[in-house]
Amino acid sequence: MIFDRTTSHSSDTRLSRRGFLVSAAMTGGSLVIGLTLPVEEGSAAGAEGFVPNAFIRIGHDSEVVLTMPYVEMGQGTYTSIPMLIAEELEVDLKQVRLEHAPPNEKLYVNPLLGVQATGNSNAIRGAWKPLREAGAAARLMLIEAAATRWGLEAKSCHAEAGEVIHGPSGRRLSYGALVADAARLQLPTNVVLKSPAEFKLIGTPAKRLDAAGKVNGSVVYGIDARPTGVKIATLAQSPVFGGRVKSVDDSAAKLLNGVRQIVRLDDAVAVVADHMGAAKKGLEALRIEWDEGANAALATEDVARELEQAILRAGPVAQNIGDAGQAMANAVTRIAANYHVPFLAHAAMEPMNCTVHVRGGECEIWLGTQAIARVQALAAKAAGLPIEKVIVHNHLIGGGFGRRLEADGAVRAVQIARQIDGPVKVVWTREEDIQHDMYRPYWVDRIEAGLDEAGRPVAWTNRFAGSSVIARYLPPAFNNGLDPDTTEGAIDLVYALPNLHVEYVRVEPPGIPTAFWRSVGPSHNVFVTESFIDELAAAAKQDPVAYRRALLHHNPRAKAVLDLAAEKAGWGATLPKGWGRGIALQNVFGSLLAQVAEVEITRDGSVRVHRVVCAMDCGTVVNPDTVQAQLQSGVMFGVTAALYGEITLKNGRVQQANFDNYQVLRINEAPAVEVHLVKSAEPPGGMGEAGTSGIVPAIANAVFAATGKRLRKMPIDPHSLKA
Amino acid sequence: MGFTININGTPRSVDVDGDTPLLWVLRDVLGMTGTKFGCGQALCGACTVHLDGSAIRSCITAIDSIGDSKVTTIEAIGATSAGELIQKAWLDREVAQCGYCQSGQIMSATALLATNPHPTDADIDDAMSGNICRCGTYVRIREAIKVAAQTRVKEG
Ligand code: FES
Ligand code: FES
Repeated sequence: MIFDRTTSHSSDTRLSRRGFLVSAAMTGGSLVIGLTLPVEEGSAAGAEGFVPNAFIRIGHDSEVVLTMPYVEMGQGTYTSIPMLIAEELEVDLKQVRLEHAPPNEKLYVNPLLGVQATGNSNAIRGAWKPLREAGAAARLMLIEAAATRWGLEAKSCHAEAGEVIHGPSGRRLSYGALVADAARLQLPTNVVLKSPAEFKLIGTPAKRLDAAGKVNGSVVYGIDARPTGVKIATLAQSPVFGGRVKSVDDSAAKLLNGVRQIVRLDDAVAVVADHMGAAKKGLEALRIEWDEGANAALATEDVARELEQAILRAGPVAQNIGDAGQAMANAVTRIAANYHVPFLAHAAMEPMNCTVHVRGGECEIWLGTQAIARVQALAAKAAGLPIEKVIVHNHLIGGGFGRRLEADGAVRAVQIARQIDGPVKVVWTREEDIQHDMYRPYWVDRIEAGLDEAGRPVAWTNRFAGSSVIARYLPPAFNNGLDPDTTEGAIDLVYALPNLHVEYVRVEPPGIPTAFWRSVGPSHNVFVTESFIDELAAAAKQDPVAYRRALLHHNPRAKAVLDLAAEKAGWGATLPKGWGRGIALQNVFGSLLAQVAEVEITRDGSVRVHRVVCAMDCGTVVNPDTVQAQLQSGVMFGVTAALYGEITLKNGRVQQANFDNYQVLRINEAPAVEVHLVKSAEPPGGMGEAGTSGIVPAIANAVFAATGKRLRKMPIDPHSLKA
Repeated sequence: MGFTININGTPRSVDVDGDTPLLWVLRDVLGMTGTKFGCGQALCGACTVHLDGSAIRSCITAIDSIGDSKVTTIEAIGATSAGELIQKAWLDREVAQCGYCQSGQIMSATALLATNPHPTDADIDDAMSGNICRCGTYVRIREAIKVAAQTRVKEG
C-alpha cells in the first residue's frame, strides 16, 4: 500500500505552511506528493496540522497514480478527478490511474470529524483546488529537475504531454526519468494555477474511464466478491425495529439441499447455504417467533402527529434576518401552510450485501462502501478485534445515494460471520433491503409569509421538525440543536427576503432509523420553500417566474438560470388541456439550478412528467458530459420520489417490500430531460444531488398550474387529482 | 439433482434442486457474476439473460425448465452482432452510471435489436420497461438503442 511506504520515508516529509499540499517524498524511486482533501464539507479548512489523505505518485515509468478518499458511485468522480491533476501536470488523461484509498485511521480519517466518506456532492468541490495545486507543484519540480540537469534556467523549459522540454535546443526528458531528482527538491511554495482560458482538459467532455467493464459484466461490485470457499447467507431481521427473536424452528430448513447452517442472533436469523437459491428456500422454511418489543403498534400517522405537535413549540433558531415577527404583524396579507414529506428508502439496484471472513484474530471484509473507515471501525467493534486486524476491500458501488455511508450492513455481516467457519457473503433480499433500510426522515413544516400591498413577501417564517441525521452520524457537527445539512435550502434562500426567521426542532422518531438520502436536507427544504414561494405568487396573482424574478435583483447568477430555464422551456406558451408547467429555483450544494417541469394529469388523477428543462450554473464545468448525466439522473430520482416515493409503517412494520409497491420510475414513464449550462468561472459546485431536490417542487407547481390543487404532502396522491 | 445446460455455447453441469433459479446457478454456483440480482421477483430486469435469443428473467427461471435451450449471458453477448452494436452504442453515449443495472439493460436491448432493427419509441418502451435503472439513465438508454439501430443501417 502506497501510504505505508510514504510514511516510512517520513524523514523526507516537509510540511508546507499554506494550501493543501502537505509533503513531497521519494519512495522507491517515485515522486510522491501528499495532500489533504476534505472528506466532509468544510472540514479541511478548519483542520489544524494537515494530515495527508491523498497521494499522487509519479513512477519511473511516468505513470501517475492517485490514491484518494472518494469512491465512484456512478457520479463520474473517477473521470473528473484525474482531469484536475492531468490539467496542471500536463499529462494525457490516460496516464492517470486511480486507486481506492484503503481505510487507515491515521491518514484517511479527518482529524476533526473522524469520517472518511463520499457524500454531499463534495468530491469535485473538495478536490478542485488541492488536486490542481498538487499537479502544478509536481510539474514545477519536474521542470526544475530537468533544468538543473541541463544546467539551464527553469523558466526556459516547459512541460508538455508528460515531458519536460527545452524549446530552443529541442532537448526533452520524460517525467519518469526525472522523478528521482524531483523528489529531492523542496515543495514549491507559490504555485500559480492556470486561468480558465488556459484549460485544455477541464470543460471538455472526457469519456468515462470506468465504462468498459460496465457493458460486458466484468466490473466487480461488492456483491460479486467470491473469496475461495465462500458460502452465501441471507437473513430475516425483526420485522419491527427493536424487536428480538423469541424462538426459531429450523427443523425443516436444515433438511434442505444446500443449506449448511442456521445462525441465530438477538434480533435476526440467517441461513447459510451453498447458493442464494438454497439460502432463500431455507429462510422460507424457518418458523420464527418474534418478541416485537416497544414499537409493535407504531404507525406513520403516529410519527406525523408527533411532528405536528413539535412544530407548535419553539426550536433553536437556524436563521434570523431582520424582524420577521414585526413585519408579519404589519403585513397586508398573511399566508400559512403545513407541509409533509415522507420516509423514503434508497433502493439502490445493488441490494445490501457484505462478505466477511472471521478467522483467528482477524477479519477480512469485501463490500462497496461510501465510508470505508467507518466500516472498519464499526466492524472491528462487532468482531471484538483491534481496528488494525480488520482488512476492508472496497468495490465499485451499485448505487449509493447515501445508503452506503452507513456501516449497519457490515456490522450485521460480521455478527453472522463470527459464527461461521470460512468466508460468508451475506446478501439481503430486496424485501429485507427495503424493510431494513435507514430512511430519509419524515419532516413536517409550518411555514408562513406576510405580503405587502404589491404582493411582495415582507416576512417569512418557517419552523420544521424531524430527524437530524448529522446528530447521529457526525455528532461534532451538530451544535446547539442545529446542523448544516438538515437546514440547507431552508435558511439560505435565493430570494431577497428582508425578514426571515427559521427554526428547527429535532425529533427522532421511535422505531425507524434515519439516514442520508440523495440530496438530503434540500430534498425536503427545497420542496417546501419552492412550493411555498409558488403559493405566494398565486396569492399575489402573479406569474411564478415573474414573481421569483422580482426577488432576485441582488442575485444575477440566480436570475440567469431562472431566465434561461424559462426561455428554453417556452414558459408562457399554451399547453394542451390537463397539462401544466411548474418552475423551481434553488442554490444548494454550491450550484444554482432552475428546473421547469411539464406535466399532464390524466383522468384517473395520475401524473405524467413529459419534459424537464434544467438550467444550471455549477461554476466551472470540469466534465460537461458528467454534469448532463448527473442532472438527468437526479431528475429521474426526484420524479420517482414525487410520484411514488413513500415508506409507511403499520404495526411497527415497513409496508413496502419490493419494486411492485415501492415503485421506481421506468423508461416508459421517463421524461425528456434537457440540460442547459450557464458559463461561469466560479469554482465548481456539486451536481450529483441537485437535480433531485428541485424537480419535486417543479412537478408540484406544474400540477397546481394544471389543476389549481396545491400539493403540500409528498408523494402525489392521484385520488386527490381525479377529474 | 444434476443438470447440464448450455451456457454461452458450453455445456455446464451443476448439482442443485430443480427449482433453483438460473440466476443463482450462474452467480453462485458457476461464478458468472455479470448477471445481477436486483429483486428476485421479475420486477427489475437486472438478472436478464437470453434463452434461445429471447430476454428472460433468470431470477424466476427454474433450472429444470431450461432443457436443451441455449442460455446467453452478458459475458458472451458481445459475440453476437446485435450485442456488439449495443455495447458500442452504450460506450458511445456513456450510458452507465453506477452500472449495476446495465447488464440487464444491455441484454434486453440486444434482444430487441436482434428482432427489430428499427425500434420506435413505443417499441423501446415495451422492450425496456421491465428494466429499472435507479440511476435514471433512461434518456441515454433510449438514445443508445437508436444509435445502435442507425449504425446497423449504415453498416448494412
Ligand atoms: S432480479 Fe430478476 S427481475 Fe429483478
Ligand atoms: S446505472 Fe445505476 S442502476 Fe442503472
